[in-house]
Amino acid sequence: MKLLVLLAIVLLIIAGHQLLRIIELSRGLKKTTEWQVTAADNNRMGQAMLVFMIGFFLFFIWQAARWNERALPGAASEHGVKIDVLWDANMNYVVVPVFFITNFFLFWFAFKFRGLANTKAVYFPHNNKLELLWTIVPAFALAFIIIFGLKYWNEIMSESDNKDKVVVELYAQQFQWSARYPGKDGKLGETDYRQISGSNSVGQDTADASGYDDIIVQNDIHLPVNKEIVLYMRSRDVLHSAYLPHFRAQMNCVPGMITTFKFVPTKTTVEMRKDPYVKQMMAGINKQRDKFNLEPVEFDYLLLCNKICGASHFNMQRTIIVESEADYNAWLAKQKMFKTVAVKQDKP
Amino acid sequence: MGSTTNSALEKEHLVHHDHVHHHDDDHEESFITKYVFSQDHKTISRQFLITAVIMAVIAMTMSVIFRMQLAWPGEKFAFVNALLGDKWAKDGILDPNMYLALVTIHGTIMVFFVLTGGLSGTFSNLLIPYQVGARDMASGFLNMLSYWFFFISSCIMLASCFIDDGPASAGWTIYPPLSAVPEAIPGSKLGMTMWLISMTIFVVSSLLGSLNYIITVINLRTKGMTMTRMPLTIWAFLVTAVLGVLSFPVLVSCVVLLIMDRSFGTSFYLSDIYIGGRPLDNVGGSPILFEHLFWFLGHPEVYIVLLPALGITSEIIATNSRKPIFGYRAMIGSILAIGFLSFIVWGHHMYMTGMNPFLGSVFVFTTLLIAIPSAVKAFNYITTIWKGNIQYTPAMLFSIGLVSSFITGGVTGIILADSTLDINVHDTYFVVAHFHIVMGLSAIFGMFAGVYHWFPKLFLRMMNKKLGYVHFWLTLICAYGVFFPQHFLGLAGVPRRYYTNSNFPMFDNLVDINEIVTIAAIIGALSQGVFLFNFFYSIFRGEKAPQNPWNSNTLEWTTPVANIHGNWPGALPTVYRWPYDYSKPGKEKDFCPQTIPLEDGEHDGGGH
Repeated sequence: MKLLVLLAIVLLIIAGHQLLRIIELSRGLKKTTEWQVTAADNNRMGQAMLVFMIGFFLFFIWQAARWNERALPGAASEHGVKIDVLWDANMNYVVVPVFFITNFFLFWFAFKFRGLANTKAVYFPHNNKLELLWTIVPAFALAFIIIFGLKYWNEIMSESDNKDKVVVELYAQQFQWSARYPGKDGKLGETDYRQISGSNSVGQDTADASGYDDIIVQNDIHLPVNKEIVLYMRSRDVLHSAYLPHFRAQMNCVPGMITTFKFVPTKTTVEMRKDPYVKQMMAGINKQRDKFNLEPVEFDYLLLCNKICGASHFNMQRTIIVESEADYNAWLAKQKMFKTVAVKQDKP
Repeated sequence: MGSTTNSALEKEHLVHHDHVHHHDDDHEESFITKYVFSQDHKTISRQFLITAVIMAVIAMTMSVIFRMQLAWPGEKFAFVNALLGDKWAKDGILDPNMYLALVTIHGTIMVFFVLTGGLSGTFSNLLIPYQVGARDMASGFLNMLSYWFFFISSCIMLASCFIDDGPASAGWTIYPPLSAVPEAIPGSKLGMTMWLISMTIFVVSSLLGSLNYIITVINLRTKGMTMTRMPLTIWAFLVTAVLGVLSFPVLVSCVVLLIMDRSFGTSFYLSDIYIGGRPLDNVGGSPILFEHLFWFLGHPEVYIVLLPALGITSEIIATNSRKPIFGYRAMIGSILAIGFLSFIVWGHHMYMTGMNPFLGSVFVFTTLLIAIPSAVKAFNYITTIWKGNIQYTPAMLFSIGLVSSFITGGVTGIILADSTLDINVHDTYFVVAHFHIVMGLSAIFGMFAGVYHWFPKLFLRMMNKKLGYVHFWLTLICAYGVFFPQHFLGLAGVPRRYYTNSNFPMFDNLVDINEIVTIAAIIGALSQGVFLFNFFYSIFRGEKAPQNPWNSNTLEWTTPVANIHGNWPGALPTVYRWPYDYSKPGKEKDFCPQTIPLEDGEHDGGGH
């Protein structure tokens, strides 16, 4: 088999070589040189530029029409809604128009001013007014983008002064997520990575009594709806990134430090499943799953790892369940506290 | 003072040249000194180019392999097994660790070896002496070392692909602790050590080259070649070299600290790590320090890649529009502004790292500022072709392609520079689409344009035009076919560097997008065969080049069609005008080389 492939390659090379010799010989007969660009070439290439532009724009529109409905559903968090508004404003008023307009001028001129037999170029070395115009207009546009962007950024990243917040710690390790809730005292216990063990998976400092009532969850993470959630993030080993795309939330988990992100979920998982956009999206997903003989799924919020962290980076996920505060409290009450799980066995 | 230095150096060069001229008009140099350890800028340029072409083919093949995995996860591909063997592709299914390794080495080779070493190495070497009117680089010897360090570092990088644990696989940004702790991923064993050594040697090469470029441009300009008469290529190469000299040493310090952490037990980047069933001793370091050091190089690096491409296309667009480049001074101004600003925007890669958010907002401001000079450049290109007489050489096609990709990729930069909007697309395919289009496509289009345009000076022959046309259209269409749909993957929240998207039901409806991307990538990769054939065939059998095939104004086209040491057989040319006198009213021809004196009362374009 390999011999045959090799033989075929050798034959192809010989055939190609012969073909080239014929072309080279016939080239000697012609007077014009091949590399010189003629008016006919310019005409063809200029027209091709125009055709390409139309195709390019149609390709864009086709993609947007077809794939926009596969984009993430509208934000399910308070700040996320603002991000969506800002995103749409930037996309619809700056990015997409500039993309179309500048590409249009580029390809239109490339077509219009193709060098035909009697085309002459105009000597036009500079024009201060024009140059000033396209320095100042982008500067103004960017000023608006900066002002609105930073306004939201400062709101989103400011420290929480909410007394009624829910604190949750996300703990990342190769290749899974855990969550830690502070328990009744509302305080997360101190940690010490040297004390990590089978029964102390997030490395709580067993000398710190405030951590005894902490609750560690290595399953679906539950959150109450319409309450401010303050996430603290830690990592056991390498960099990870806690990415909660449906809430427009993301922050890296860095070994040796605690990072934070806060948000208010506004829709429960059940509400999301009833959302018409989500329904049609899930229908599309389940249609595709059916083709692969996979079972249909329902919508779930997800926590993904979004920073390369090793071989199973692509499978580092955790389901998030947003529910009413009552359901959340009922769930939380059923979870085991740290001291009942670990401290007694581990203390020397 | 400047002028005396110049003329003294020039005299010295002339003397040196005459000396050589008398003794070895023909071949007194041996094969080794002429083709291998050559100190001639033209030969070194060719060496860089051919090395870069080989590296590019390797990196491109890697991308096809991992793209096939993404489109058809779990499918068996005999050719993947044939290339990677049973260890990394058992039955033709790619191993997850090898997937990350391919992604890492693809990025490293493309960014550093093709678009930095290859692009600057080829065209700075070829064009700086030619276009400023110098006999050669300021130091031919250092220039030769620059190439051979580049060669060694390429060899080490490639060799790392053949070792037992596989090559570095922590992403091209090699963030610790993943890259620092061997237990974290197999690629962080010997593979990462080799990566770090290779990159250190690469930086040596880059520094030797850059210093040479800067000194040559500043000191060895021929008579009359004032700074405002230099072609924009030279301005771009000069600023690129300055960026390289200022930023690459920071990468070395970053790498040295990582080597210390890896091999000598220090804790610059490591703290509180529990891995492989035991706690590590390292306490007090921070990966964020690494990220700062890395991106202090990493961001200027983007412009080290991009500026030479922009310089090359400025020259090609003016020549082939038969019009002066629009806003020559504004173009120089934007190159300088981009160069300066590129040093204070690195933090936009780090909005989500846990860096102080206030610091993030400063970087939002500086990053969006850099959009202004970039916009000026794009608009100036478009105005240059307006009312031109466009000659569609393959080089011109690629230059137009560059302007398109520079715009298309640039506009999404406005989104990513905005920290608020970055929250949800950071590290997703939206970013992959953005930087591949604005940096990858633009730079590689610039490189193709340069090869087609200066092939007559590189190899004294012409490339085939029709094959060039075919190559351009296939490449442009496939390139957008690969990278445009990736925006939509990003909008669906797909993270980059995932071995497969099939583990998340939420990505199941994106299968067809991934297939389109991969099919475009395969066709695009195959189309490069047209270029490779044209390139290697024309080196040996292309039509003989005339002296000035594109009717261009710059000095390289006044040299004879021969590879002579010292570039000009007689005295060096004198420059009387800027390089963009195309279609100047009152002239007989539509071009007017820089060596033609100004007529009485004629105004030099560059001086305003």
